[in-house]
Amino acid sequence: MWCRTATCCIFGLRIEQGIKMVEPKYYWEDFKIGEVAKFGAYHVTKEEIIEFASTYDPQTIHLDEEAAKHSIVGGLCASGWHTCAMVMRMMCDEYLVASAGMGGLGINDARWRAPVRPDEILSVERVCLESRLSKSRPDRGILNFRHTASNQRGEVKLIIEGPMMMLARRFPGQEA
Amino acid sequence: MAQWLEDIELGNRIDLGAWLMDGEEMMAFARKYDPQSFHVDPEAAAKSHFGGIIASGWYTVACWMRAMMKHRDAQAEKYHYAADKSPGQRPQIGPSPGFLNLSWPNPVRPGDVITFTATASEKLLMKSRPGWGIIRSLNEAYNQKGELVLRHTGQGMVSTRPK
Repeated sequence: MWCRTATCCIFGLRIEQGIKMVEPKYYWEDFKIGEVAKFGAYHVTKEEIIEFASTYDPQTIHLDEEAAKHSIVGGLCASGWHTCAMVMRMMCDEYLVASAGMGGLGINDARWRAPVRPDEILSVERVCLESRLSKSRPDRGILNFRHTASNQRGEVKLIIEGPMMMLARRFPGQEA
Repeated sequence: MAQWLEDIELGNRIDLGAWLMDGEEMMAFARKYDPQSFHVDPEAAAKSHFGGIIASGWYTVACWMRAMMKHRDAQAEKYHYAADKSPGQRPQIGPSPGFLNLSWPNPVRPGDVITFTATASEKLLMKSRPGWGIIRSLNEAYNQKGELVLRHTGQGMVSTRPK
């Protein structure tokens, strides 16, 4: 990301800051309320489910195939936090890394609708629910997205809704 | 919390321990799941509005879960529960339907010492699944300066005491 302070990009001049800075492809203005985007194809593997769970969520249903069969979830499944992380990765690859994103502000509501199993392929549908400029810092906006992750059969696995902050392409006073 | 739903006390803030946040692990997590520049690239992060590497929020919440699981294991030992063995005889923990109101009010940085907490706040019986209930918990994390870095309302299924 290139620096957006007044001193280094006045009149839209972009000055490299010594390290490679890539012009973001997406700014706050590029996301419109109601717009829907579909993306991602995350192949969930047994090995990754177990690896993530071993470190962060070591429960039998995420670690032990045999024991998981006899549990309430009926078989090995990914930690819900792992599912969130996989969705985050798809978001990063699709638009966040290429954006002027300034970080997530939180998650209002997240629902793990069904267990995520080995060898499923997850994809994401993004809907932009809200978009507004920040009142205190008008060089940036808030975008509230709902991301719904489903498997290859269209079975919904995770619905997650929350706001993030992103720089605006033009801040007030700047020429078009 | 390897306890029957009936035995879980509401309003009791549980200290899940203080953890040193390792910068290498933090960045390795972000390279895999959240490769935004301020999570993975120290130079770019230094020039960002964060002024340095900060943890992916998903890393912070995964670390909360790790602290919770560690606590749960310790509890299981304390109460001589053989975790997840002989279902029906021991308290069982099931999956979570989701979480609510998650926020990251302050960034987590490499070297921070984060204290994780959980406060059971609500119990609901599940009509659809006899023998199970849902426990809601206000989960928080603070850094070494006492600043809140994570807050969310977690939910989990817990078995009820057999009649």
